[in-house]
Amino acid sequence: MDLAIHTEKLARVYKLRDAKKEQPRELVALRNINLDVRRGELFGLLGPNGAGKTTLIKILTTLLSPSSGVAHVAGYDVAKEPEKVRPRINMVSGGESSGYGLLTVRENLWMFAQFYGIPSKLANQRIKELLDVVQLGDRANTKSSDLSTGLRQKMNIVRGFLTDPDVLFLDEPTLGLDVEASLDVRKFVRSWVDDNPDRTLLLTTHYMVEADELCDRVAIINGGQVLACDTPANLKRQLQRDVIYRMEVSPLNGLQPEALEALGGVRKVSHEAKDGASVLELILAEDDALGHVVNTLTGKDIHILNLQKREPSLEDVFVNLVGHSMTEAESASDG
Amino acid sequence: MQATQPIEKRAAERGVSGRTFRAAAWLGWQIEANWTDPVIFFIYSVIKPLSGAAILVVMYSVITNANFEDPMFAYIYLGNAFYIYVAAVLTGVSWTVIDDREIYRMLKYIYIAPVHVPVYLLGRGFAKFAFGSLAVFITIVVGVFFLNLPLDLSLVNWPLFIVSLTMGIVMLAMMGLVLGSVMLLIVNNANFMGEAVAGALYLFSGAIFPLTVLPAWLQPVGYIAPISYWLELIRRALVGNIAQSFPTFAQFSNGQLLAILAGLTLLFTVLGFVVFRYCDHQARERGYIDRVTNF
Repeated sequence: MDLAIHTEKLARVYKLRDAKKEQPRELVALRNINLDVRRGELFGLLGPNGAGKTTLIKILTTLLSPSSGVAHVAGYDVAKEPEKVRPRINMVSGGESSGYGLLTVRENLWMFAQFYGIPSKLANQRIKELLDVVQLGDRANTKSSDLSTGLRQKMNIVRGFLTDPDVLFLDEPTLGLDVEASLDVRKFVRSWVDDNPDRTLLLTTHYMVEADELCDRVAIINGGQVLACDTPANLKRQLQRDVIYRMEVSPLNGLQPEALEALGGVRKVSHEAKDGASVLELILAEDDALGHVVNTLTGKDIHILNLQKREPSLEDVFVNLVGHSMTEAESASDG
Repeated sequence: MQATQPIEKRAAERGVSGRTFRAAAWLGWQIEANWTDPVIFFIYSVIKPLSGAAILVVMYSVITNANFEDPMFAYIYLGNAFYIYVAAVLTGVSWTVIDDREIYRMLKYIYIAPVHVPVYLLGRGFAKFAFGSLAVFITIVVGVFFLNLPLDLSLVNWPLFIVSLTMGIVMLAMMGLVLGSVMLLIVNNANFMGEAVAGALYLFSGAIFPLTVLPAWLQPVGYIAPISYWLELIRRALVGNIAQSFPTFAQFSNGQLLAILAGLTLLFTVLGFVVFRYCDHQARERGYIDRVTNF
């Protein structure tokens, strides 16, 4: 198999030093990650904040050494041959304010083209094309410090594609972009991979829809471990025999979602407070189980405001694998 | 894009150091010069070095009753003027780590590009060198025309000056690389390091007073400071007769001093790349390449 990315038992442990304690505290960010990404694939890493996605990208882009295990990108060992990996990759991180603010958009991009050895004429031609793609052409001569966060992120995205890498890493690229710009970027990302079978793109995201829409295959990652890896369709197919309901109810009055999971036929329940109400996502083994849920809720004087039956999504796959929703996972890791 | 790809990938692996240096120097100059309009930049470029020199001149004037004919004045004035290079080049190279990691948050993107990071840091420092050269030139011109600095261009030992200056700048750049490499491993308070080192060397390198002025037990510090030898050579090349008035390095001939400076330059060149290699490895182990602390 022609692999663009290959990792074997890849692990990363951070040693956090506390001035008051002699022994550093260990934080396991990645545990024995085995991952194969084929050449020409648009591969998604899906997981909540703190799942280990960015750590994995940092290792694959040679910014961080693994604690153990091996990782190859474009056929080269990232720890032993970083200088061979670097001409073949590029990376874009989202949600950050980066760029040399004193330079214009065009100057920022031109300079990076120089670092990659792209002749000026070709670089300028590409810069123009790519700025038009992300609708930033009219701001080419604006200093990047004068751009909004979203526009600066567009510039950052252009910087990633400008060098036409063999393997491109996009770490939450649409973070900070408005809906329309996110759609444009997703469309471009897909077409960029489709245009050339030698191009591989690894995308990390915690937007389920983004992964579902874009990716050929998705790995669901949480707590530094890959929990599942397959095409979005196959992952959802695992839940095809289950019944999924979205139920909007009045506040839960102290009822714990775990109490609902204990009911017969209820496989998983995730809960999210929204606009003074509660939204329950129910994965049921069969339709009949809904009756138990309704009875329990009404017994606690909880009113059902809205009920929808729907097809399984990647969010449901995540809930099924992890036991709670992405939002709950992020709240837990923040806490 | 597809058709040109193989050519570009080869190009990316060729001439890495040259293009890294050029692009980094261009970026450094843009950052130095582009923060305001050209008129204000010009005024700033003139006023900044003169302000630094003025403080020293006023202090000297008060202490010596304005005795500008004393050889000590030329000794101090030239030492101070050329020390501008220390602050510019040494801290210029090392500060790039903080600048790119903390302020612009671009160090990680530079790092994953096919560049030689030490060459990139030196390129960024080159812009500071160019800016520093302007400051040194202005300081000396003002000294000659307004303060009777006894600098006679016909008496200058130009070959010695050019060789000493070049070797000294290379040595300072490599000292900056050592410092910048260490800064990769310091994520908090690293911003003070460059200034602290430059400040300490200011006292102990014979920039503003001969080393013999220091207490005997402190003088060895001056003799092991590499910049002491460089400043002595610069003074000997520019105002040889005045340099002879201060016997700090009287036991060394010009050739011996040049040999010491060449040795130190070579030492710091080797040290710069070795220390960078070690610190780069450690920084990747610890995850410090893109660590942002906001100081």
